[in-house]
Amino acid sequence: MIAFLIKRLFHALLVMFVISVIAFAIQDNLGDPIQQMVGQSVPESERAQLREELGLNDPFLVQYLRFAINAAQLDFGYSYIFNQPTTEVIARHLPATLELVASATFLIILLSVPIGVYSAIKPRAWLSRFFMGVSIVGISIPVFLTAIVLIQIFAIGVSWTPFPADTAWGAWLNDLVTTEGGMPAYGRGDPVHVIGTWYTNFASPRGLLYLVLPAISLASIMLPLFIRLIRAEMLEVLQSDYIKFARAKGLPLSRIYFLHALKNTMLPVITVGGVQIGTLVAYTILTETVFQWPGMGLMFLDAIERSDIPLIVTYLMIVGLIFVITNTVVDLIYGLVNPTVKLTGKPA
Amino acid sequence: MSLLDVNHLDVRFALRNGDIQALRDVSFSLDRGERLGIVGESGAGKSVAAFSLLNLISKPGYIAGGSIRFDGQELIGQSERALRHIRGHRISMIFQDPMMTLNPVLSIGDQMVECLKAHRRISTHEARGIALHKLVQVQIPSPEARLDQYPHELSGGMRQRVIIAIALLLDPDIIIADEPTTALDVTIQAEIMALLLSLCEKHNVGLILITHDLGVVSQVTQRMLVMYAGRVIEEGPTREIINDPQHPYTQGLMNALPQMATPGSRLNQIPGSMPSLDNLPDGCAFHPRCHFAMRSDGQRRQACYEHVPGFVTSGNCRVACHMVSEMLGYERIPAEETTS
Repeated sequence: MIAFLIKRLFHALLVMFVISVIAFAIQDNLGDPIQQMVGQSVPESERAQLREELGLNDPFLVQYLRFAINAAQLDFGYSYIFNQPTTEVIARHLPATLELVASATFLIILLSVPIGVYSAIKPRAWLSRFFMGVSIVGISIPVFLTAIVLIQIFAIGVSWTPFPADTAWGAWLNDLVTTEGGMPAYGRGDPVHVIGTWYTNFASPRGLLYLVLPAISLASIMLPLFIRLIRAEMLEVLQSDYIKFARAKGLPLSRIYFLHALKNTMLPVITVGGVQIGTLVAYTILTETVFQWPGMGLMFLDAIERSDIPLIVTYLMIVGLIFVITNTVVDLIYGLVNPTVKLTGKPA
Repeated sequence: MSLLDVNHLDVRFALRNGDIQALRDVSFSLDRGERLGIVGESGAGKSVAAFSLLNLISKPGYIAGGSIRFDGQELIGQSERALRHIRGHRISMIFQDPMMTLNPVLSIGDQMVECLKAHRRISTHEARGIALHKLVQVQIPSPEARLDQYPHELSGGMRQRVIIAIALLLDPDIIIADEPTTALDVTIQAEIMALLLSLCEKHNVGLILITHDLGVVSQVTQRMLVMYAGRVIEEGPTREIINDPQHPYTQGLMNALPQMATPGSRLNQIPGSMPSLDNLPDGCAFHPRCHFAMRSDGQRRQACYEHVPGFVTSGNCRVACHMVSEMLGYERIPAEETTS
């Protein structure tokens, strides 16, 4: 176990090094930070002086080394736009994003496992066909469209009367397609302070309500993918000899489906899932923009718009770090579920 | 009355363009403690016959007709729930490939205990005791350690021993073994077969052994069944059939054994191959490969081309062949059915 962790730590450092080089290398193509920092009236001489002070004239390698040494001490420099250490800026925005991703992940796990398993056990049932149809649609719709539709229906509300209102059934159907709206869809509301920069939406029912629409639209990208993945894996597992043998042993179907089949189904799903949940962090850029969710995604977009290089670089590093951590955790879980994987390195 | 009586069993596979009949009119019986071999080439319907006994045929297969009486009880039409109490309990199975039969993510002990718990009210501790006892019976080295091991930690032969132990867990009346040694090393095959035979004899367990190894059948079973294209074509005491096969197909199988060929010359074989089930020839399904279907004067023997042969009794055997019925001086028997 220790050996595995050390190995993973080494991998992680390597990955982080590559990310830092890439992140830092693109800085030259991201516009002139000086232009963003100072007003139009500032003369060229002062700009040059500022450029010199910030070390923007140094050779690439020097700038990178300075960055790397500082980065090792968790110092990524000052954000130009916030005029604060970037780590502080990130720390302020990180909890909002992590809470959003956690909520979306929770939704994905909660829904994809039962739906995927059901549609594998009963592939011909109309409900399974319905889920498969919906999931195709779900995969094809971009997240910002989902988000806008959700806002229209649940936050703003729709009142339209496509059916004749003077008949009883028409009025009933009209009522059915009319929504009240009123769901919060802008920002985080009033999150409760926990510790440090961590304000949480999880602490109050009102806070949770603010999470609903953003979490659903973020989950909508991955959910269909997971349903289809679980279904496909499970269908394959159900064909295997050991499932047939479990039936020949006279085991109850529930045990065959939810222990024998599900455990084998989840092995590849866990692997793919780990990577995908890392990707969710990146997808928050779109969701956070639509819902004005004050997380890292929104902050990152701001940073790009205004060429805030230290902040961009810090963001890339943090997202890289989140990827590395989730993948390591997933590998650990995988080792616990799959007995053929020995994390200890001890000969089996 | 026998312990197991299978009568006129018809099994079909529902495919997009109509049903394929995998078993036609299959009948056999098994007494308590008796060992029956089912022989035939791949696709003859041996495994389908075995799996249909417990209604475990994979979709889209289904039992279209016939009867399976086990211990006086009709199994066809029974609910899944009722069948579940027979599966693994009164009739258990051993599969072909031990590498695929055990669940890779559950320990050996778990896979044994769950089987006991599915059929008996029993504590985990007691169940582990029984499981250990059965592992000792199948002569696995260090059986205690095996309970907590996973399948991948065992070799193929070991796994097949574990599977035999699972099959014996609840002291069943019948074990159905579907080519239990085909996937194993030749050196292990004989060991596993000998173990299975001795355990069946010792505990008076009936055995239905599906195989295409005539040597194994002659050593292990008392009676045998030869299948061809979904039908039983010959049935009787193993010794009689091996020594004096009546059906041209069975004769061909015997002749194909390497020891029957002159050393140094080519091995004997039956010309042609088994027809696919969706395209069976009219009359006797074997006639395209049968030397008897063509007279010495070059004329076709019409019966073979037109009528499915019915069973005739020869000694203690039943044979479905026009040649045999003609030689035995039977009247030209109107066929039981005519293929349309």
